[in-house]
Amino acid sequence: MLAPDAHPSLPAALIACHECDLLQTEPVLAPGETARCARCGAFLARNPPDSVDRSLALCLAAAILYLIANVYPLVGLEMQGQRVEVTLAGALLILWRDGMQPVAALVGVTTLVFPLLELAMILVVLVPLRLGRVSPRLAPFFRLVRAVKPWSMVEVFLLGMLVSLVKLSHLADVILGAAFWAMAALIVVLTLAGRAFDSRLLWQTPVIENSP
Amino acid sequence: MSRELPFIARQARQAGLLNCHICGQLSRAPAGGGFLRCPRCRAPLHMRKPASLATTWALVIAAAILYIPANLLPMMSTASLLGSQEDTIMSGVIFLWQSGSWPLAAVVFFASVMVPLLKIFALVYLAASAQRRSRHRLIQRTRLYRMVEFVGRWSMLDIYVITILVALVKFQGLATIQAGPAAVAFGAVVVLTMFAAMSFDPRLIWDPAADSAPSSPDPDSDHA
Ligand SMILES: [Zn+2]
Ligand SMILES: [Zn+2]
Repeated sequence: MLAPDAHPSLPAALIACHECDLLQTEPVLAPGETARCARCGAFLARNPPDSVDRSLALCLAAAILYLIANVYPLVGLEMQGQRVEVTLAGALLILWRDGMQPVAALVGVTTLVFPLLELAMILVVLVPLRLGRVSPRLAPFFRLVRAVKPWSMVEVFLLGMLVSLVKLSHLADVILGAAFWAMAALIVVLTLAGRAFDSRLLWQTPVIENSP
Repeated sequence: MSRELPFIARQARQAGLLNCHICGQLSRAPAGGGFLRCPRCRAPLHMRKPASLATTWALVIAAAILYIPANLLPMMSTASLLGSQEDTIMSGVIFLWQSGSWPLAAVVFFASVMVPLLKIFALVYLAASAQRRSRHRLIQRTRLYRMVEFVGRWSMLDIYVITILVALVKFQGLATIQAGPAAVAFGAVVVLTMFAAMSFDPRLIWDPAADSAPSSPDPDSDHA
């Protein structure tokens, strides 16, 4: 092995705050309770009831909503009987061909690729957990979820759509497509899924002790 | 249980413990040091984010420079039979305000103009105070950091507005809207400030207070 492992040499109930580094004992949480750092108030852990089942159900719902949000038109305009609608991919394609490749890439990554990746990786972790197979091999997927999360911005995109429709509302009648509502529901479902998932379930396997 | 540590340590660093940022496992670094991985989830371990302040400074300065063209250059240009027009972020806000949708004007102004600016100032303040090893306003600075992390993504708003405007108007065919050079600069500002916030380690806020009181059990006097 290339990298030497650090030694786990402490009682498992001891944790450190990731924002202020304060050592504290991990509180025993009743279902639904949240633990915060005693000094700085940072979020430490949550004990959501039925974590795996609920987050799995919510993630499957999110996957369906994601599909609808990407297949059907998001928004449209109607003017003198003429109706135009765009899908997310269609909008990105127009922007790309317009010579705005960096912007199109940024929008595509934050609204299309990363939300999909986040959802897929959560499912990759959740399905084995549901089947009772906790394995250290799930850890890299979970790390990917954590890395991608700040960059998936569906809720900001939804607000952006609203602003642009208001800007266009003096030109034509605006239409909110099926994908728009699917995206709005997706935000809610993804937020609930995030709250329902207890990442501590992933680390139930005993730590491998390495001799130095 | 924390009372029975080898010495009175309030911070994991003082006890020589590394905190895994992914799974929260604490571990003791072997004497040699070098590149370490978490024994539980195999994520790379660091006592503090490596080169945290230098990275934060570099990204914030780059973002501050790009903030200027992002606000001065046109965000989009509109051409129709009636003539052509170029819009900056600010003129877009003014247009929304004048057309009567002042709540949205306020939202766009806040997300596109104020948030990036406040974020840059907040990160400069956080990095500078951590570098000076300030022991004041620890809680407030931690909260400021949390806010910077939370609010940053909303600056992406204007980029999304442009995307939908360009797509719909192009489809409709009466006018053409093109994204201007400010869109690229603005996107870069958002991405750079997000990376800057991620590279800042909030534990650096607390380290000087912990170091200054090695024997006294409590540096709470700094709290508001
Ligand atoms: Zn804390
Ligand atoms: Zn770990």
